[in-house]
Amino acid sequence: MINIPENIAMKDLRSGFGEGLVEAGRRNPNVVALSADVTGSVKMDGFAKTFPERFVQCGIAEANMTGIAAGMSLNGKIPFLGGFAEFVTGRIYDQIRQVVAYSNKNVKICGSHAGITLGEDGATHQTMEDIGLMKALPNMTVLVPCDANQTFNATLAAAEHNGPVYLRYGRPKMPNFTDINEPFIIGKAQILNDGSDVSIIATGHLVWEAIQAAIALEKEGISAEVINIHTIKPLDSEAIIASARKTGAVVTCEEHSLYNGLTDSVAHVLSTNCPTPMSFVAMEDRFGESGTPAQLMEHFGLKSGNIVNAVHKVLKMK
Amino acid sequence: MKTVIELQDIAKQVRRDIVRMTNKAKSGHPGGSLGCTEFMTALYFNIMNVEPSRFNMEGRGEDMFFMSNGHITPVLYSVMARRGYFPVDELNTFRFLGTRLQGHPSTAHNLPGIRMASGSLGQGLSVAIGAAIAKKMDGDNSLVFSLHGDGELEEGQIWEAVMFAGSKHVDNLIATVDYNGQQIDGTVDAVMSLGNLQAKWEAFGWQVVNIANGNDMQQVVDGLNAAKALTGKGKPIAVIMKTEMGYGVDFMQGTNKYHGTPPSDEELAKALPQLEETLGDY
Repeated sequence: MINIPENIAMKDLRSGFGEGLVEAGRRNPNVVALSADVTGSVKMDGFAKTFPERFVQCGIAEANMTGIAAGMSLNGKIPFLGGFAEFVTGRIYDQIRQVVAYSNKNVKICGSHAGITLGEDGATHQTMEDIGLMKALPNMTVLVPCDANQTFNATLAAAEHNGPVYLRYGRPKMPNFTDINEPFIIGKAQILNDGSDVSIIATGHLVWEAIQAAIALEKEGISAEVINIHTIKPLDSEAIIASARKTGAVVTCEEHSLYNGLTDSVAHVLSTNCPTPMSFVAMEDRFGESGTPAQLMEHFGLKSGNIVNAVHKVLKMK
Repeated sequence: MKTVIELQDIAKQVRRDIVRMTNKAKSGHPGGSLGCTEFMTALYFNIMNVEPSRFNMEGRGEDMFFMSNGHITPVLYSVMARRGYFPVDELNTFRFLGTRLQGHPSTAHNLPGIRMASGSLGQGLSVAIGAAIAKKMDGDNSLVFSLHGDGELEEGQIWEAVMFAGSKHVDNLIATVDYNGQQIDGTVDAVMSLGNLQAKWEAFGWQVVNIANGNDMQQVVDGLNAAKALTGKGKPIAVIMKTEMGYGVDFMQGTNKYHGTPPSDEELAKALPQLEETLGDY
């Protein structure tokens, strides 16, 4: 059964990003960072203090920041631009499309405070559509790590990857359960638990919930395979197909809209390769609202209990 | 470096290229291209330090140019081809399937000389600023140039960028405004008056150079040299350059009709006798 270390610490993914960015800056002098007046919130302050000559404060002007980052990339700089996920994706979609994705520049778009767990600020700031926006862009790689350690490693992987990257992570403290020493391999799914009855395919904060669901299901005698898709694009289709062939039932889990995130990527792979009954735990077609992250996860049905229910539902379809 | 007389000869050929390219493609933007012919010719043949045969993305140690008003590719491609970035014959392929000469500048087709996609208006000044501050970080003393339509200044991102460059003293940057007073829906005054344009740039901490007639080669060269002399003094430089859309072809001049409309075969026949073939047609 799933091996989870005891006494798991709680840590916010954005801090994993902040520490990863400083480390990336140490490893490569070409790494530069740009922020739009949320430097502390998105944990870029460590980089700004350590490498002040490589940090660009852009003010509250995300569109301009994107163009500046693309321009800086020309002579070999590796710009990381950071902000709240909504405001560095949806707000500036065309800028990203023209000068980052279409121009194929080595710019890393770092979206903090992603999803419903942004919490009390409410729906204006809670993007549930950003994965879809970014994955639709040719040339774009989309990374959604599941905890702080993995976000640290995803940041390093983004720096080493040559090309546009969208890196998505959240604000609140969450269980920090992955091994800090495990390198982040872009495009490679992680099988966190071998199972035979159902495949639970999750991304981001929902990976932890998927593990909890698998533990609960085991007590019912249901063997759940748990797969962490930390790279939405390019998607590890091979791992998804292999698991679906083995279990014959799939549940996808994401803190994102049902329509254009992990769920539809997995559905596309399965429907065109090995049609498999599916159920999902994702945001329905609605906006979020104010509340604590924990309340909102509960309210919008993004908890391990919801995953268990989805498993029961999909098993009936087998 | 070319003399003004030589530049004028090149400009004549570039104008022929512009009307022939857009006529053949049955699309494209000849009006603004004709208006900016002196500027683009002077920039690439006289003002900028570039070496087309050694073009690379990084552009270390050489000047860079970003055309933010990316729709005027006819003048960009003609000038680049005539300058030696790619074979002049390739102008035949403008806007045809499989071409490196996309309707708007693109890096996806590996055309030497293009560093960034543009044409979604308002974004090129930000890109130019990024290139300029990266040069500063690397101790590279070369300059960055950009070109903008006057209608394009209605985009909010332009003013984000203007504020940034003034505030951060990006003084290795020369942004030129093609002040032809025309945009698609009519005159700029009718669509969205720019008011006192010089005062706007100055209020954001820029130095301004005016070129009263951007279709006079001597004035363009003098104005751009004046702008270069102002670099390195703690402030970015804006060049406000009055031009006439469609300049050089009598029936295309002073109207926005040919902003995005190519000359027909009959119109081409009327235009070509007005434009001397100085360097040989492609």
